[in-house]
Amino acid sequence: MPNEKKQCKHLTKLCAALEKYEQYRKFKAYAEKVLAMGNDSLEKTIFVAVSLCLVCAVLVAFAAVALKPLQVHNKEFDMKKNILDVAGLLEANTNVDSAFADRIEAKLVNIETGDYVEDLNVAEYDQRKAAKDPAQNVIIPKEKDIAHIRLKAKIAKVFLVKEAGAIKSIILPINGYGLWSTLYGFLSLDADGQTVQSINFYDQAETPGLGGEVVNPNWRALWKGKKVYAESEQHAFNKGNVEDAGIGEAALHLVKGAVDPAKPEAAYEVDGLAGATLTSTGVTNLVRYWTGEEGFALYLSKVRTKGGKS
Amino acid sequence: MSAVIDDKQSILNDETKKVLIDPLVSNNPITLQVLGICSALAVTSKMSTSLIMALALTLVTAFSSAAISAIRNHIPGSIRIIVQMTIIASLVIVVDQVLKAVAYDVSKQLSVFVGLIITNCIVMGRAEAYAMKNPPLESFIDGIGNGAGYSLILITVAFFRETLGSGKLLGYEVFKLTKDGGWYDPNGLMLLPPSAFFIIGIIIWTVRELRPEQRENQDFKIMSIAHGEEGGHH
Repeated sequence: MPNEKKQCKHLTKLCAALEKYEQYRKFKAYAEKVLAMGNDSLEKTIFVAVSLCLVCAVLVAFAAVALKPLQVHNKEFDMKKNILDVAGLLEANTNVDSAFADRIEAKLVNIETGDYVEDLNVAEYDQRKAAKDPAQNVIIPKEKDIAHIRLKAKIAKVFLVKEAGAIKSIILPINGYGLWSTLYGFLSLDADGQTVQSINFYDQAETPGLGGEVVNPNWRALWKGKKVYAESEQHAFNKGNVEDAGIGEAALHLVKGAVDPAKPEAAYEVDGLAGATLTSTGVTNLVRYWTGEEGFALYLSKVRTKGGKS
Repeated sequence: MSAVIDDKQSILNDETKKVLIDPLVSNNPITLQVLGICSALAVTSKMSTSLIMALALTLVTAFSSAAISAIRNHIPGSIRIIVQMTIIASLVIVVDQVLKAVAYDVSKQLSVFVGLIITNCIVMGRAEAYAMKNPPLESFIDGIGNGAGYSLILITVAFFRETLGSGKLLGYEVFKLTKDGGWYDPNGLMLLPPSAFFIIGIIIWTVRELRPEQRENQDFKIMSIAHGEEGGHH
């Protein structure tokens, strides 16, 4: 209550101060005149509409500008948490900001050549924005667009975890269409570019409890140790709704129901999500797309030959 | 409605009490007026999102009603609805921005539904039916009351959907699921929006069974075929 009175006092003070100006007095007289008019007069209608819009615009703009730093921080914090999580570095009491700064190194990769890009500012690069910018993206030919994303950035932002100078994990950004939404996430691989460490999705709007289970830690744990590229004909992926994968091609996929561990191809298979066939297909497609020729296949092979040095 | 509140004593007079309590059961915006169903279907698969949604809608209804009521004598009839919408939309944007700033995870889950409060019939219904005719403080309380009525139904629906659909409540395990080695096989239908229809339907049925005065009169009776000549059949 006293605060309110104080504000009122400030307002009266402000009004008194404004009283000095001719324009203000004119405006005040005009406003009083208009407000006294009948509600349905044209002049009052316009006056009310304009002043209401001004007040609302100021309110909305104030909220948006004042809260912007907090929102940006939240977004970055959330992203860092997800990257640490997929790298297996997130414990209940981890200090996200310092752990991220200490352990994670962001790198830009030219997807087409598979080489690192050094002449761009890594911290400021936003791959999701770049994917929408005609100067920085490529339109994916329809027959190759198995992840149904239409556009991708030429340059991707990958994250590396290093231990004693050698790469420990490679974290790749992935995205693709599920049932309702585009899923955005990360796939984390060992330095061999072949063995999966973890996967997670930080932005998705699949059906909660069905397709939304892509975020379930129990399901995500099934990915650990799976292999991405087929090592022999026997492992080749020839089931499902996408074309077969030959030796050395991306073969990791989801199956309907549970994986039979006795099968030779079990290392390339992950349990599908119960009751979410379309989301499961979407996840298969987006993982195969981003680990395939169109995605990071070339980059990963270069990492392998360089023996984890960058 | 001359009972304008000028001292604290009268805040809880009979009229205000009625405005606050009535929307909970006897004049509930969802079960009696059947407004605001869309978001009641969309956000109730989890308790946490329902609670935030309920809070957001209550705040928006209360403040928009108060603001609209404060300028009600100056709102030109011809742009009445647009004026109400502008005020409601501004408040919803502010709520959305605040959520993104302080409860980022929840705002991610609610995604578009916070923005859709703008089109929630309850907010506009209260603006048009109550705030345009009553003083600001009472309109504010009316908004709180109706928001609470909406919240009550939302929380009830979310309670059944989350426990039966995923065996959890507010993310904590209630029934141990078969896939984690427990006994409960979750009902997948409960996670999909149509289940909210069934639950709301059952709630409306129960309330009208207990309070027969809420039953609607039939608008028309189906005529027997012998008298059906003027009924527009060709």
